[in-house]
Amino acid sequence: MTFAMAIGTEYYLALSALLFTIGAGGLLVRRNPLIMFMCIELMLNAANLAFVSFGKEMNDLGGQLSVLFVLVVAAAEVVIGLAIVVAVMRRRPKASIDEVSVLRG
Amino acid sequence: MEAVTFFIAALIAVAGACGVVFLKNPVHAALSLVATLFGVAIHFINLEAYFLAAVQVIVYAGAIVILFLFVIMLLGVDRAEDIQSDPIIGQRQLALLATAGLLILGIFIALAFSGEVTGVPPIEAQQSTFDGGLAIDSGSISKGVPPEQNIKEIGRALFSTRYVFALEITALLLTIGVVGAVVLTRRSKSELEPIPVVEPPALMRNSEGEIELALNEDEQSPIEETIDPPVEDLPNEEVEVNGE
Repeated sequence: MTFAMAIGTEYYLALSALLFTIGAGGLLVRRNPLIMFMCIELMLNAANLAFVSFGKEMNDLGGQLSVLFVLVVAAAEVVIGLAIVVAVMRRRPKASIDEVSVLRG
Repeated sequence: MEAVTFFIAALIAVAGACGVVFLKNPVHAALSLVATLFGVAIHFINLEAYFLAAVQVIVYAGAIVILFLFVIMLLGVDRAEDIQSDPIIGQRQLALLATAGLLILGIFIALAFSGEVTGVPPIEAQQSTFDGGLAIDSGSISKGVPPEQNIKEIGRALFSTRYVFALEITALLLTIGVVGAVVLTRRSKSELEPIPVVEPPALMRNSEGEIELALNEDEQSPIEETIDPPVEDLPNEEVEVNGE
């Protein structure tokens, strides 16, 4: 085992796939809407990692710029999502996503 | 050295991700998310995306996770969730199956890149935007680029003709986000209750006929000494009023 081994793009892609999978599994399993949002953040981060590693592989700055836009969209999504959660939880204080199966307050 | 950094950061990121999914307390899950974000930021540094690493820490760990914690504390949902209960029959098994399939797919895609599949970028991707190509500034993220060069290149690319429209739309999106958050969390006027009026502490007469502050009965307030001596004929006036 040598530590001088080169870390290629495929290592980053595998890690990105692993992170995305953990996030997707958490999104499917968990019931707390806040934790589900955190899992979405995990998946976005995995996508960001893939973007940056592809950008380095292709020697293009577009990957990093895509990450920048994903970051902004994620921030806006979290703001709107948490506002919806706050608005729903104010009426139904039980913190479970099953409570909001009907699409009205 | 890059390999050591990679594996340590990957361990941090995966452990944090597992913490988000498996920890019961939402506050602990949010803190695990910070660990994952830091791990990904280390990967960004490893990939020579210095600006994104800084933005990752500042925006994600500094703003988004704090927003999560604010909402957790605001709603008071920081109690532990019952993970063991299974509201939908077979949901966990199906989720495990789906994630396993997703992981296998992702690993295969990663393995596809282990060879020379990516190869040389197409010729138009090698040319700079200023030459009519697709690449922003080809060669700018090659080996050994100092961080300030990376930031400069990102700034130039972001305001170039190729990306400036997307940047403006992003600004519009953020504005919509702010307005939407305000609209969604605003209570309607009918639900508003009047603010309770706090009355100033009234001077009252106790059983011995001494005037004192009504609210703080135990402590000797200095106001008591400054008040004029109790007027002796007040009860008499009351009696007179009652008599009339």
